[in-house]
Amino acid sequence: MSTVTYREAMRQALREALGRDERVFLMGEDVGRYGGCYAVSLGLLEEFGPERIRDTPLSESAFVGAGIGAALGGMRPIVEIMTVNFSLLALDQIVNNAATLLHMSGGQFNVPLVIRMTTGAGRQLAAQHSHSLEGWYTHIPGIRVLAPATVEDARGMLWPALCDPDPVIIFEHGVLYNFEDELPDDAGAVDISTAAVRHPGDDVTIIAYGGTLRTALEAAKQLVADGVGAEVIDLRCLRPLDTATVVSSVVRTHRAVVVDEGWRTGSLSAEVSARITEEAFYDLDAPVARVCSAEVPMPYAKHLEDEALPQVSDVVAAVHALGS
Amino acid sequence: MGDFRMPSLGADMDAGTVSEWLVKPGDEVHRGDIVAVVETEKSTIEVEIFESGVVDEILVEVGQHVPVGTVLARLIGTGPSAAHTAPGASVAVAHEAAPNVPSVIEEGPIRRPVPTVAATEAPAEAVGPVVPAMSETRSAPSPAPAGATGPGRVFSPVIRHLAERLGVELTSLDGSGPGGMVTRADVEKAAKRTTGPSARRVRSSPLARRLAAEHGIDLSAVPGTGPGGSVVEHDVQLVVSLATSEPAARPATGTESVTKVPVAEEPTAAVVEGRQAAMRKAIGALMARSKREIPHYYLSTTIDLSSASAWLERANLERPVSKRLVAPVLLLKATALAVARVPEMNGFMVNDESMPSEVVHVGVAVSLRTGGVIAPAIHNADKLSLDELMRALKNLVGRARKGVLRSSEMSDPTITVTNLGDLGVEAVFGVIYPPQVALVGFGRIAQRPWASDGMLGVRPCVTATLSADHRASDGHRGGLFLGEIDRLLQDPENLR
Repeated sequence: MSTVTYREAMRQALREALGRDERVFLMGEDVGRYGGCYAVSLGLLEEFGPERIRDTPLSESAFVGAGIGAALGGMRPIVEIMTVNFSLLALDQIVNNAATLLHMSGGQFNVPLVIRMTTGAGRQLAAQHSHSLEGWYTHIPGIRVLAPATVEDARGMLWPALCDPDPVIIFEHGVLYNFEDELPDDAGAVDISTAAVRHPGDDVTIIAYGGTLRTALEAAKQLVADGVGAEVIDLRCLRPLDTATVVSSVVRTHRAVVVDEGWRTGSLSAEVSARITEEAFYDLDAPVARVCSAEVPMPYAKHLEDEALPQVSDVVAAVHALGS
Repeated sequence: MGDFRMPSLGADMDAGTVSEWLVKPGDEVHRGDIVAVVETEKSTIEVEIFESGVVDEILVEVGQHVPVGTVLARLIGTGPSAAHTAPGASVAVAHEAAPNVPSVIEEGPIRRPVPTVAATEAPAEAVGPVVPAMSETRSAPSPAPAGATGPGRVFSPVIRHLAERLGVELTSLDGSGPGGMVTRADVEKAAKRTTGPSARRVRSSPLARRLAAEHGIDLSAVPGTGPGGSVVEHDVQLVVSLATSEPAARPATGTESVTKVPVAEEPTAAVVEGRQAAMRKAIGALMARSKREIPHYYLSTTIDLSSASAWLERANLERPVSKRLVAPVLLLKATALAVARVPEMNGFMVNDESMPSEVVHVGVAVSLRTGGVIAPAIHNADKLSLDELMRALKNLVGRARKGVLRSSEMSDPTITVTNLGDLGVEAVFGVIYPPQVALVGFGRIAQRPWASDGMLGVRPCVTATLSADHRASDGHRGGLFLGEIDRLLQDPENLR
């Protein structure tokens, strides 16, 4: 058991994948000589050489397209897009090519591509660099969307993602990189299809993922002091959603609060809420509540950014408003 | 052949529990006999029958909770003459029928056997069974509404379909379309009117609804504590636990070793609390409806009671202690007599139409020790002597507090009097008990400086207030009414 950062866990995962399968390579902006914009791939160029740790031009559409081509050609590419904000430039490649080619080829060509990208706000990067667009990607059939929120998942999700015959997008929330936690020395692959209960409770279910998991856990801790047992579910796999885990919890607690850093309208939280209503309606004792980001372009000023993002106090208040 | 149905014992009653049958099949019953005891949220009430005949069959067993209008028993040998009597008493009947099926009232002649009204869920269907044979208007909605009010009135298929779905009687509608055609809007408006607030949806969580259904609990009787006053799981569980804690049944968790839990004879504190909560809720719903629907106006006047007090003192000297009169009896009697001068204070408001009553049944607000208030009637209070009125009042208050009232007392007051004088308040501005149109309040009788004939003296005075329905009367008439009460009290000989 050792204490590692989320960043280090991610790097271990990359190192393992590069070491295990020679078809695996990493490419993206500044991943090589600079060591990655968030220093995730620091040292990997020296370790694995420029053939496998490839710096790309500032052209998301081109290098994601190249990744799709490499995957079709039998490689196992890991494409790093610096942040979700820039992934919009590659959206056509992801949505129209990566996600559809298996279908368009009548099942002949699958695209075993992994795309990693940073997401989220909270670091004063203002309106153009603070998006949480996970919900957009979860709309697309043909891709799997993962959101590792713990050190263990940062360490364990990459390899199974590479083993998936179809495109997988991994969202790494920017505030998590410096987050430290204990990691077993033999930590390895985890499942990439189920949600996980991160904190047990019987009175209310708080559903979170990625950057909001810690918010939810902190809220649960405070709620214990108020005598409210909050069960915190980490969605982990955002597409396909593990509805069963969510529903089985809500059936017990009868109340649900979804915490989502995305904007409320059309968000992933809306989908989760809808599924709870569809599948656990007669077990609900209160409307499903949501705690989302304010529907504004993310402000730069620290106090305004804090105001716009879901905070622990917001979650606690939402839980109490449900009567628990 | 006649049906004896669960009566509506007040505008706030949707359902009741038969707690006792006083007759059995084969028994002969006469109009006015008390045949059953019904428990409502407010109290236990002896229910009279309004038809004579022989009990053929009892359809609802003791302990069953059924909606208003449910047939409780069938009678045989009841002729139509027995069924449609007493035109003089018809208004009182109107009151019972009114809260749930206002449309029935428009029929004019109303048969005496009141409690035929069906539950609020299906107000329109209720029209069917209630309409007496003599009614020349309503016929069942049929594709060709022959005999409708305007001969040869035609309704489009869409309208007929809509009316049927919403349970609206088309022939009763005034069309607002071209040539008096009934439009969709007319039907929808009528549907809204007939469903009214009593059919309001209870805000409750899906889980609470499911649990209530599983345990056969009426959600409208469960006080909600959830967000926005909604009924949530906890509220239903509370009622379930109250219900199950009453009779011995406690879930057997162990095996054979389970011993019987001793049953308390008295209702437990929890049960009483539950009843109180239900009553609070019932009162709340009715008063909210009153304030929402009735445009109240308020008047107040201070009345010099010196001659009334002096008269009372003299009158009581001649009476044994047990038969002495109290001042509130004079106030009650004065109120009952004053309606003769201003009849629109006495009666009901039905479908926005004032229906004065020919009889005067004065509802007396009685506060219950367990909390809550109930306003049963003293029948024909204007015709009773003061001694009779005193006896009736004592009797009524006693029975109300014990929770044993008769159905007619509960359901047919035509005007209500509330007296909070014993609490020391100076004036009470009451909330009208729908569908009544007026409520008279009396405060404390106190010694006050009083100018009269250019002289200042100290006189016993009382402040009388009137809360009245502005749809039924105006302030001018209200003023006359209070003035009449004042006038009557100045010469107590008037009250004898």
